[in-house]
Amino acid sequence: MRHIISILLENEAGALSRVAGLFSARGYNIASLTVAPTEDPSLSRMTLVTSGSEGVVDQIRKQLNKLVDVVKLVDLTDNERIEREMLLIKVAAEGEERAEIKRLSDIFRGRIIDVTDCAYTIELTGDGGKIDAFISVLQPRRILEVVRSGVIGIARGSITVKPDAPGT
Amino acid sequence: MELTGAEIFVRCLRDEGVEYLFGYPGGAVLHIYDALYKQEEVKHILVRHEQGATHAADGYARSTGKPGVVLVTSGPGATNAVTGIATAYMDSVPLVVFTGQVMTHLIGDDAFQEVDAIGITRPCVKHNFMVKDVRDLALTIRKAFHVATTGRPGPVVVDIPKDITAHKAAYVFPKDPTLRSYKPVRDGDPAAIRQAAAALAQAKRPMVYAGGGVVLGNAATELTELVRWLGAPCTNTLMGLGAFPATDPLFVGMLGMHGTYEANMGMHECDVLLAVGARFDDRVTGDLDKFCPNARIIHIDIDPASIQKNVQVEIAIIGEAGLVMRELLAALKGTGVRLDEAALKAWWHKIDGWRARHCLEYDRANIEVIKPQFVLETLYRLTAGDAFITSDVGQHQMWAAQFYKFDKPRRWINSGGLGTMGFGLPAAIGVQLAHPDATVACVTGEASIQMCIQELSTCKQYDLPLTIVNLNNRYMGMVRQWQEFFYQSRYSHSYLEALPDFVKLAESYGHAGLRIDKPHDVEAALKEALGRRDRLVFLDFITDQTENVYPMIAAGAGHHEMHLATDRELA
Repeated sequence: MRHIISILLENEAGALSRVAGLFSARGYNIASLTVAPTEDPSLSRMTLVTSGSEGVVDQIRKQLNKLVDVVKLVDLTDNERIEREMLLIKVAAEGEERAEIKRLSDIFRGRIIDVTDCAYTIELTGDGGKIDAFISVLQPRRILEVVRSGVIGIARGSITVKPDAPGT
Repeated sequence: MELTGAEIFVRCLRDEGVEYLFGYPGGAVLHIYDALYKQEEVKHILVRHEQGATHAADGYARSTGKPGVVLVTSGPGATNAVTGIATAYMDSVPLVVFTGQVMTHLIGDDAFQEVDAIGITRPCVKHNFMVKDVRDLALTIRKAFHVATTGRPGPVVVDIPKDITAHKAAYVFPKDPTLRSYKPVRDGDPAAIRQAAAALAQAKRPMVYAGGGVVLGNAATELTELVRWLGAPCTNTLMGLGAFPATDPLFVGMLGMHGTYEANMGMHECDVLLAVGARFDDRVTGDLDKFCPNARIIHIDIDPASIQKNVQVEIAIIGEAGLVMRELLAALKGTGVRLDEAALKAWWHKIDGWRARHCLEYDRANIEVIKPQFVLETLYRLTAGDAFITSDVGQHQMWAAQFYKFDKPRRWINSGGLGTMGFGLPAAIGVQLAHPDATVACVTGEASIQMCIQELSTCKQYDLPLTIVNLNNRYMGMVRQWQEFFYQSRYSHSYLEALPDFVKLAESYGHAGLRIDKPHDVEAALKEALGRRDRLVFLDFITDQTENVYPMIAAGAGHHEMHLATDRELA
């Protein structure tokens, strides 16, 4: 099953490679991983999407918690949550295709952020499903380049991932 | 007053109470070596190879419970130390390993003797640090000792660039080493402990399976009290030997691949299994689908990641082994219920039946060829079970585990998890330094001993009166055994054709050497070696080439599918 795990970790050189190294050394799946500093510059927030049986995911959580750089870990999977991913996509846009691509982008609430004679670059945010759907409607056209940010997530309501809040 | 980083380093070690520093100098650590030269409190032990430094520190740590401390230079100094770091990691031994690093401004430039020590050691340390500012040095060292020695212990590496050891800062010994992200659990959950007590009180065929965590957690006394109160059979893992007295009638021997018949059958047929400080390693469990098929399993461990990793358990208690077992015994006494006496009696009757198979029997009548088991039995008898025994890896390790009855923890020093050949001799150095008046014997083989043979030189320098028990069968014995069983006796590269004359070799290092090839000379040779307190004696026992370690569970089989020496064929 797919799990989305939020981690607060020390914003120190090497912390990211400890997490990445753990996944490769123990053979765990990693679907996406995003990381950036938080409002507290000593902490980074990582969102990690993985999958596996409940036993494997339980081990993943425990092994992550065991890393000395991990300050807090919350598995968001069981919570009401918001997931977002950003897509930057460059697609060939010539002739009458230009208007059609613009319409598709509007339908998905995308934004055309760069225009040339023959191509559009579109920015789109949403959950993974929406991004997948948008790419697939553009598929019959000529996609020149795709960049996805990986998923970030946050729990709905008052649940927060803070150093002193209860984790899992 | 401001001190240099090198001086701060030495002050930190002194303030941590470090007695011995095992190391080898080199360019990146020369400032530190200069600071060491100017003081006498921290004693430096010069090894002959950095692997030896880590194993010696490891032997020191395992035999004392205190952290072992190592100093090596950058580049090859660090890479040579990796085997020893990984060895300590697999067996959860507290080590603090300082690696020199090139100057900060050269890092990443492929400078002379530069390696990414942090990157290379990351998968085999509990944690590692690089010091980038001399003002952080003291606190980092304090944290390193704190992390290495608390919770589930393990090796911690501190990488120190050379310029940091020259820079100056004020020195104050940091009082508080705590890290916000590192808070090991100590006490077990009382509800889980009550559940465990209830399960144990109902047991008709209880079994206690205790591992290295009991030794590391200094919980042998608590284990012994608990087992005796229960009246249950107790087995120890390879790492746990000595956690429960081997001469106690409740002890059924080691379990696992080369464990006793009674221990493994007990595991297979028990109805409640109490696992303490053990991690259900594949060499212990065999086929997981056939593991303890009838048992409710209780697992006490300090590491949450050890729980439900290989085996699903019903009751998990995370905490320090000693504290949890004390609470568990109190809870058991509190229930006012004793285990069903008749059921326990029937259980012991069954166990005694398994014991009557005498699974460790061997050809004692042989007066022509030395049986390795005989050497170990004699060693045990002559030392009254009170020696520190280090071992290398292979058949001799299993025979030592089977035939030397350890009544006390921290007496059996071996590389269980990683299985590092070359461990025994340098580990014995650390043990002997920590216990100068104790008898320390290194049980080894002619293949293993050559992996760190250069440390014989260190033994001479520090006058360490070790006894080397070399069981020389001219084969990598365990490899040969597997080739006999599983590769139709095709002994591919397991025969050592160009062995040195170990007696002359020992003598050339300044030690005494003896070659023994007849069973009736075994006792006299051991007596002589153990009696000599002035020098190391290298005993080269020429042993039976074809002897195999029994009993044996083939990899992937179940506990009830053991092969005893009497049925030589393996399924």
